[in-house]
Amino acid sequence: MNAGLLFKQMLTNRKALAGMILFGLFVLMALIGPWMVQDPIEFTSIPNQPPSLDNWFGTTGQGQDVFAQTVVGSRATLAIGCASGFLVVILGAVIGGIAGYLGGRTDDFLSLLINIFLVMPGLPLMVVLAAWLPPGPLTILSVLVLTGWAWHARVLRAQTMSLSQRDFVLAAKVTGESSLRIVTAEILPNMLSLMTSSFIGATIYSIGAQVGLEFLGLGDISNVTWGTNLYWASNDSALLLGSWWTFVPTGLCIALLGFGLTLINFGVDEIANPRLATESLWVRKLKGRATVDGSTPVIEGGVR
Amino acid sequence: MNRSVEYLLRRLGFYSLAAMVAITLNFMIPRMMPGDPAQIMFARFKGEMSPAVITAMRETFGLTNDPMWQQYLTYLKHLFSGDLGISISNFPKPVISIIATGLTWSIFLAGSALIISFILGTSLGALAAWRRGGILDSIMPPLLALLGAFPYFWMAMLVLFVFGFGLGWFPLWHAYPDGTSPGFNSPFILGALYHAALPAATMVIASLGGWMLAMRNTMIGILGSDYITYARARGLTSRRVLIRYAARNALLPNITGFGMALGFVLGGALLTEIIFSYPGQGYLLIQAVRAQDYPLMQGLFLTITLAVLGANWFVDIVTLLLDPRTRR
Repeated sequence: MNAGLLFKQMLTNRKALAGMILFGLFVLMALIGPWMVQDPIEFTSIPNQPPSLDNWFGTTGQGQDVFAQTVVGSRATLAIGCASGFLVVILGAVIGGIAGYLGGRTDDFLSLLINIFLVMPGLPLMVVLAAWLPPGPLTILSVLVLTGWAWHARVLRAQTMSLSQRDFVLAAKVTGESSLRIVTAEILPNMLSLMTSSFIGATIYSIGAQVGLEFLGLGDISNVTWGTNLYWASNDSALLLGSWWTFVPTGLCIALLGFGLTLINFGVDEIANPRLATESLWVRKLKGRATVDGSTPVIEGGVR
Repeated sequence: MNRSVEYLLRRLGFYSLAAMVAITLNFMIPRMMPGDPAQIMFARFKGEMSPAVITAMRETFGLTNDPMWQQYLTYLKHLFSGDLGISISNFPKPVISIIATGLTWSIFLAGSALIISFILGTSLGALAAWRRGGILDSIMPPLLALLGAFPYFWMAMLVLFVFGFGLGWFPLWHAYPDGTSPGFNSPFILGALYHAALPAATMVIASLGGWMLAMRNTMIGILGSDYITYARARGLTSRRVLIRYAARNALLPNITGFGMALGFVLGGALLTEIIFSYPGQGYLLIQAVRAQDYPLMQGLFLTITLAVLGANWFVDIVTLLLDPRTRR
């Protein structure tokens, strides 16, 4: 399946389309939003004001406009989230691909490495790394990539292993194609949908982890991002003063963005694995037709 | 039985290797950064402590002028004798004693939340699979997907705001009431439970969905297998089929998932503690970050990682005991 075809199918899938519209709105907000709103760090009005006509989302504990901060914050957060998602999948594909394709000793060693990184808890490692590195977007990005690649390496390794045993790859080997060509022309195109859903999953994870790290004060707190918005809300004791408007908009944006990306992923999964789509059809058909004790009826010679 | 011992030893070997990687990372990270690690680490020490103490701290972290391998050995020697240095923000308390107090609270809070959420999630998942297409099955998955999209700590903020600040039903911070003294007395125990209720509930809500979906999906596979049809054909009650035949077998992959999820759950638990100012590992971690207390931070990284590795090995043992197939 090539990239164009995948995209075309995503446009016809309802879930994927809804997700892409939601995601598109946030991208639009990140691209042109910062030019449409006022300066997010300027102290414009009285601190801790609830939402009003002047300040749609109210003001922060320092008198900045929350709406402007929410809009401007989307740019850095989205950029780092997507960049990290992309790099994580590339690194995962390279390491997982090498391990899965070459096998043998190389695979043993790389698998061990992957498993070690998987079993180590991510957050404490991220915190220690981010605390030692100079604060800034580049630090956050490298920390996210360093702690996030292992999961995707594992998934893509398994896929490479299964693909490299298929007949068409074996046939390419027999005809004397070079390894490079087999990997780029035979194996990679077949991993496209898996890599797409990996990328989306990695982006969701990166946005969450990035916001978490910045919330802890490990980012550059003079930048306006969704994470630092929450950091300042907590720093200005929003919870104790009751100023809910300083943290609710940012959290809702993160959740909506994450939900949109999840929807795209559902869609991609259904395209790559059509059985999933029919499964939900079966659920619909079986509704209201349960047996006496309420269990699912067994279909003879069923779906399989 | 020999095979299972061999299996457990092999897993132990793997976890030891992972622990060595963590210990080495702990040693390497300060040295890979720009600038002199000792300068950065003890910047906040200056004027507060005598040169003798600073020399002792340098020794602990192996930040001497010796060649690298010798520094590493010095660091290992101190580590294995339980010396993690002295906390800067809680000077002159040793890091290890601060972590020990925090660990008790963390295990109490995260442990109880994890167990509640596991039991509740798997039961709901089993029920959802049993009544497939029912209310539970059609409403819960999208709801949980939406809930799961919110950042963990943001949910905690909202819950604290509504139930702690707005309604005033629960305390806003700390692990036990001010007037009580830690010990085996009822005001303290009741107070501790009361203080843990809200953070634990937040963690349960946030992690429930994962267990439920996993259990539901495994159950659906198992409900289609032949022995379930046979059990039904024998005329067993549906309750018996559900619990003894289906749920019992579906539980196994979920327990393996339990080990895998520990790291993630832990990350969420750390952030929840920070929001609720609950004096566990997470709260210590944020204090260490804010005060640039590097010795405490690195000590926390090590203990948390080692705790997760240990818990994973424990899960391996439990899986072995529950699944006769692995014992062959």
